[in-house]
Amino acid sequence: MSIKERKLTCIVCPKGCDLKVEFDADGKIAEVSGFTCPRGKDYAIAECTSPVRTVTSTVRCADGAVVAVKTSKPIPKSMIFDVMMEINSVLADNNVKIGDVVIANVLGTGADIIITSNK
Amino acid sequence: MEKNNVKRADLVIIGGGPAGMSAAVAAYEKGLRDILILERDDALGGILRQCIHNGFGLHRFGEELTGPEYAYRYEKQVREYGIPFMLNTMVIDVDGNKVVTAMNRECGIFKVEAKAVILAMGCRERPKGALNIAGCRPAGIYTAGTAQKFVNMKGLMPGREVVILGSGDIGLIMARRMTLEGAKVKAVCELMPYSGGLARNIEQCLNDFDIPLLLSHTVVDIHGKERLSAVTIAKVDEGRRPIPGTETTIPCDTLLLSCGLIPENELTKASGIELDRITGGARVDGDRETDIPGIFACGNVLHVHDLVDYVSEESVIAGEAAVRYINGEKSHGMALKLVTDGKIRYTVPQRISSAEKTKVYFRVSNVYRDVKITVKAGDRVLLEKKKQKVAPGEMETVILTPDMLSSCDKDETLAFSLEDIKK
Repeated sequence: MSIKERKLTCIVCPKGCDLKVEFDADGKIAEVSGFTCPRGKDYAIAECTSPVRTVTSTVRCADGAVVAVKTSKPIPKSMIFDVMMEINSVLADNNVKIGDVVIANVLGTGADIIITSNK
Repeated sequence: MEKNNVKRADLVIIGGGPAGMSAAVAAYEKGLRDILILERDDALGGILRQCIHNGFGLHRFGEELTGPEYAYRYEKQVREYGIPFMLNTMVIDVDGNKVVTAMNRECGIFKVEAKAVILAMGCRERPKGALNIAGCRPAGIYTAGTAQKFVNMKGLMPGREVVILGSGDIGLIMARRMTLEGAKVKAVCELMPYSGGLARNIEQCLNDFDIPLLLSHTVVDIHGKERLSAVTIAKVDEGRRPIPGTETTIPCDTLLLSCGLIPENELTKASGIELDRITGGARVDGDRETDIPGIFACGNVLHVHDLVDYVSEESVIAGEAAVRYINGEKSHGMALKLVTDGKIRYTVPQRISSAEKTKVYFRVSNVYRDVKITVKAGDRVLLEKKKQKVAPGEMETVILTPDMLSSCDKDETLAFSLEDIKK
């Protein structure tokens, strides 16, 4: 019987709490400690079950200018590079502005790629 | 000088980044209308315009924003309030009488006579020339912020195989950004035995992508004639001297430097304002007023912040105080001096001139565990705050209440120290 633990650094806020997740013999999460807010606990559980990340990048407009984008919500960590390929294959309209959607429901993740800067 | 080249404004704010905009909005909300923001770049927003990653605004807005989105919130307010600003305008002098000299293409050189001035010019990256790295001088060596501007604002990649020297937050952020765009980041070298960046950035920018962080390592040689072809790195000892025999050469075409930020205080120096040797910014009171009455400073020009949320918070203090100064309401009833023990490197403010609630920001000089932050006036302990861990990369704060401050003599010294908690 092996009781394993995993140490994490929380990325929810700049505090960066040291988190510890302990697993029982079946590999299920037995205890989470070290968090100082409920979001930290949620992060620790998600990180050990299905980790997610918000991706930020840029897209090019038809006129060659570059605007910033982000996923409207975190996407599975394993899909970061797939989502990046989608982002890099799109050409945005010349008059996009903050909040506009350039790719809806990117790769079925439920997240949109939205514009985060004005030209 | 022609007459139309002299303007007047109650409040001139130098810099239209997060600090300048926050100060302007705060001053407006305190009733001031005659405000002028002078911005060197072609848009408001400052460095946030190129910081496209998220994580801004958790304290200020309770949500996670990207840099441009955070800046836009303030820009919208500036525009809605109709606060005047001039873009593409370079300030070249501020004198002790609060006359600001600036220039742009439309007006040429002009002067603005102000009742109060807020310095909000931000900071600059420590450049290659300041690092004393031996070797050739090929193309392919950039500060992390320059690379960030290339990638995020111009859509250009500075290179494909990257080594990063320095583990400040911009370096960590750029390690991830370059990786996402298809570059191979081979290593991040940090001279110190700890990173200067936020723990969460080490996690999400390096660990997520298996990028090694080599602590106590530095670049000792640069190779390549036209273009960078490799760097040689080595381990350093406690005295930060390279240890012979530990050298490794890493082929790469790009070296990014993230080796610290320096407040941009050329104007401040020229105006005769006293600077703090440690922060590199002006010495200020609780209102962020410099030693020239009516000239205030806030944001990264005062001391380098890790979070823009704190920049905004500090700039509100400066903006509101500038309005009180203009209205003749700013009090200078006290002259408390804040001193530190070395473990605490500095405090901002460095002095306190009224018994109003004062938030004191400070940084420590090393990583310390199980300590308490103590503030003493003579033998009296005003405040104690326990901390599990403090680190140079993370700014700390304590709040001095009116009760604590009014219990002090007018010109008493407040001693800030870090003490071990015995276990």
